[in-house]
Amino acid sequence: MAATIEGATGVWEYAIGLEVHAQIVSNAKLFSGASTAFGAEPNANVSPIDAGMPGMLPVINMACIEQAVKTGLAIDGAVNAHSVFDRKNYFYPDLPQGYQISQYKQPVVSGGHLEIELEDGGTRRIGVERLHVEQDAGKSLHDRDPSSSHVDLNRSGVGLMEIVSHPDLRSPEEAATYVRKLRTILRYAGTCDGNMQEGSLRVDVNVSVRRPGGALGVRCEIKNLNSIRFLRRAIEVEASRQVGVLEAGGEIEQETRLFDVGRNVTRPMRGKEEAHDYRYFPDPDLPPLRLDRAWIDRIAASMPELPDARRARFMRDYGLSAYDAGVLVAEKENADFYEAAAEGRDKKLAANWVISELFGQLNKAGRTVDESPVGAAALGELIDLVADGAISGRIAKDVFAWMFETGKGAAAIVEEKGLRQVTDAGAIGAEIDGVMEREAAKVAEYRAGKHKLFGFFVGQVMRASGGKANPKAVNDILRAKLGG
Amino acid sequence: MSEPTDLTIAEARDLLAAGELSSRELTEAQIGAMEAGRGLNAYITETPEIALDMAEASDRRRSGGEAGKLEGIPVAIKDLFCTRGVPTTAGSRILDGFVPFYESTVTANMFAEGAVMLGKTNLDEFAMGSANLTSYYGAAINPWRARGDDRERVPGGSSGGSASAVAGRMALGATGTDTGGSIRQPAAFCGVVGLKPTYGRCSRWGVVAFASSLDQAGPMARSVRDAAIMLGAMAGHDPRDSTSADMPVPDFEEDIDAGVKGMRIGIPREYRVDGVPGEIEALWRRGVRWLEEQGAAAVEIGLPHTKYALPAYYVVAPAEASSNLARYDGVKYGLRVESDDLTAMYEQTRAQGFGAEVKRRVLIGAYVLSAGYYDAYYLKAQKVRARIADDFREAWRTVDAILTPATPSAAFRADDPPADPVAMYLNDIFTVPVNLAGLPGLSVPAGLTHDGLPLGLQVVGKAFDEATVLRVGRAIEAAAGFDARPAGR
Amino acid sequence: MSLDEATVARIARLARIATTDEERERLAGELSGILDWVEQLGDVDTESVEPMTGAIEMPLKSREDTVTDGGVAEDIARNAPRYAQGFLVVPKTVE
Repeated sequence: MAATIEGATGVWEYAIGLEVHAQIVSNAKLFSGASTAFGAEPNANVSPIDAGMPGMLPVINMACIEQAVKTGLAIDGAVNAHSVFDRKNYFYPDLPQGYQISQYKQPVVSGGHLEIELEDGGTRRIGVERLHVEQDAGKSLHDRDPSSSHVDLNRSGVGLMEIVSHPDLRSPEEAATYVRKLRTILRYAGTCDGNMQEGSLRVDVNVSVRRPGGALGVRCEIKNLNSIRFLRRAIEVEASRQVGVLEAGGEIEQETRLFDVGRNVTRPMRGKEEAHDYRYFPDPDLPPLRLDRAWIDRIAASMPELPDARRARFMRDYGLSAYDAGVLVAEKENADFYEAAAEGRDKKLAANWVISELFGQLNKAGRTVDESPVGAAALGELIDLVADGAISGRIAKDVFAWMFETGKGAAAIVEEKGLRQVTDAGAIGAEIDGVMEREAAKVAEYRAGKHKLFGFFVGQVMRASGGKANPKAVNDILRAKLGG
Repeated sequence: MSEPTDLTIAEARDLLAAGELSSRELTEAQIGAMEAGRGLNAYITETPEIALDMAEASDRRRSGGEAGKLEGIPVAIKDLFCTRGVPTTAGSRILDGFVPFYESTVTANMFAEGAVMLGKTNLDEFAMGSANLTSYYGAAINPWRARGDDRERVPGGSSGGSASAVAGRMALGATGTDTGGSIRQPAAFCGVVGLKPTYGRCSRWGVVAFASSLDQAGPMARSVRDAAIMLGAMAGHDPRDSTSADMPVPDFEEDIDAGVKGMRIGIPREYRVDGVPGEIEALWRRGVRWLEEQGAAAVEIGLPHTKYALPAYYVVAPAEASSNLARYDGVKYGLRVESDDLTAMYEQTRAQGFGAEVKRRVLIGAYVLSAGYYDAYYLKAQKVRARIADDFREAWRTVDAILTPATPSAAFRADDPPADPVAMYLNDIFTVPVNLAGLPGLSVPAGLTHDGLPLGLQVVGKAFDEATVLRVGRAIEAAAGFDARPAGR
Repeated sequence: MSLDEATVARIARLARIATTDEERERLAGELSGILDWVEQLGDVDTESVEPMTGAIEMPLKSREDTVTDGGVAEDIARNAPRYAQGFLVVPKTVE
């Protein structure tokens, strides 16, 4: 899935690294007792600590650390028994303390990796350098007044995990796949809700280009991308900018840039003449974070099943194809729905129903599985009606569409519309007799050896029965009668 | 009965308990003294109404049979402690108009034990100074004068207002904070007792931060016993301060008179410093003799890295301060110098809001943490700090407490302070190593200079062994019989 | 270690403190004096010494993951130099 860029002087490769900021799922903030709830009145979920009031001190919420450890374990990282909180010093109105409490030299998790699935069906392992825990800043709003900015500190102090990848990604598509995969893992682990619209997942990307097989080039960082679409576009635009600069004989300056969505360009952040000098040092308000090995082991033992394991299980135990299993596990809710619908039923049949019918309808309706009008139990009931021969697969698709539209149960619709399949040999025989009578000429042709007309007769019988006749019974009886 | 304002806390406590004095009477007398002593500029904010309300509430509690450790005792609070509903300035213009909506743990603890707040005392801006000359609210003045020299003396700093208030009978006791000597040095300059407890003994929650790994609150009072009583009310584990020690708080007063018989007292040879007046050396020798006479053994010890304590301190403390003071930016509270441009607003607010000494330290701090200098300065200083702490650890193998002079001089003239910053910093030469090591240190008035200014001795103890420090301090106090009174007001 | 006025200007910008030419000149002298005096730390052998970041070794304490604080918007508003419609107001900061 590696992509290349065709420059005027030849081919270039992408080298992409991602820094993902994932908001930790917790009730209270990382260092204060204020709520993390989204969408509150401005400055309602703020403690004096989050507002940087004089004399206020941080005390860590260990639940946030537990979430970070879980995430670290989920990406096969090494959990460090000893890590340190540092202060990252800079001035900004939404940073009330004048520093962000973060982890610099000694993060809580070192190393790790995740496997991304490629379009060709293969996978690629992307290295993770580190995962550290830090505070979120508040939010500055610029569109409320022409001459001033407004600051809401509700996000100030919310716990974040920053997950930094190696520059292992080779195309905008791989970068997008990485973010989707990481998001899936976070949601399975229950450590981040992954909601990019609400800002629970934000991506900074480091982009550089190089000649195939060459050394890594100078990178630029593009900050705060809040959708996968923009991430992909920003990488494309930035890489071609860099190729243009290099091919014109220029040099890439290491800098932070912003993606201007409207103009589809990246541009340097304002005020870059002030080289950032964050003056990191260990936060003297917080002793080092020491994690007990037994505590880490307990968390490891209680880890939920993760997407790769679930996918493998779906393939191994349920006989699903790699593709189908991958589609089902991509969202935890989808996989949960599937497992509930498939419980005690034919797993492949259930997978087909979920993937082609349910996802098809949901897509059309722009809904998620949690908003589906057809629940897992209701879909299961429909699958049972097909399996029992009460309705045909053909009819079942219509029934499903009705269910999706009305929210009614499968059996109720079948009864209401009289769709129950006819299996009674007498009734089917009578329909066949009618057809054979009307199509006497074709019967003669068949009997003269034109056996491919069999399908024609099946179709006629099915139509005559309004699709309710059991196809197998129709086949058997028809064959017997035509043969006679 | 002597004047109520002359009472020690212990004496007042007994009179209050006996019903011979009400908190209201005592508080009224103290308010009168506070008003009469305004010339010393010891208080930034006087809170007489609050004091009378608290005193009356205390009298009611007492008549209901309840009495805390400081029940009905009027005290002064250094204006670095956030007090709910009462302006808190840290001696800085940048906190102009700031009124906390929360109460610091230490003051809350004291009020829960019945203490009555008279007001907020003057201090060096953000507790940075050794003379109380850097306060935006003007210098606090030492009530002491040299014989035959009427010119004003500094009370020391940074808790200069607290020391001046206690020495000048404007409070029975006061809170201070000590980052490099800010309780012990002004206590010595003003002839009162000052105790810097072990780091972590008193919560820092709600105390405006100067240097987080060094700051520690403690009592200032007119006797060692009073300091012990106050510490008992101030100290305690605070779950809101990650650096607060989860240790039991003993009854510090209990064994205060148990004496020093059999104790081994360390006399560090590195504390004999060139340029220190002979009478301070002599007082130190006298202190050793007093303890020996009471049955202690003096042991010469080495604290070899002592001379590096001050330079290490002047890297570590400014570094932490530069970060701690970043929150004063004109956005959330305090002074704001308006501008259309954010950076200009920040820079003007902080240029006009901070005084010269604070700026100096913030800049030094930013410099030693900046890219390329961190290892050479900050990391190096923290390693030297580790060696200084090791020196003390080594000493505790052979001694129970250490005796040193508290300051290298007596209170100097307010119109003639040391010329350059480094010379001023040398005031803390004997006190700073104790902060770097996080140990308890007590300054006890022990004598006068030839021209009648108070001098103190410092007792240093093991971590969380304030009890021994107080016992040794009490032995010195008893032997010294220090009963001189300041002349000025 | 001598600190020049350009360096003073750089760190004053980092620390967001406006300085005049005269101040920078004075500060360059004062800060150089302090740093010169600090240089003596170089004499101490700190080979294989761990830096000390806290005064006393103590375990990290933690809080429960429960909401116990917040709802102080009015108190924040009362202290704020500029506050409008529930927000702190600052000069425009557009990127």
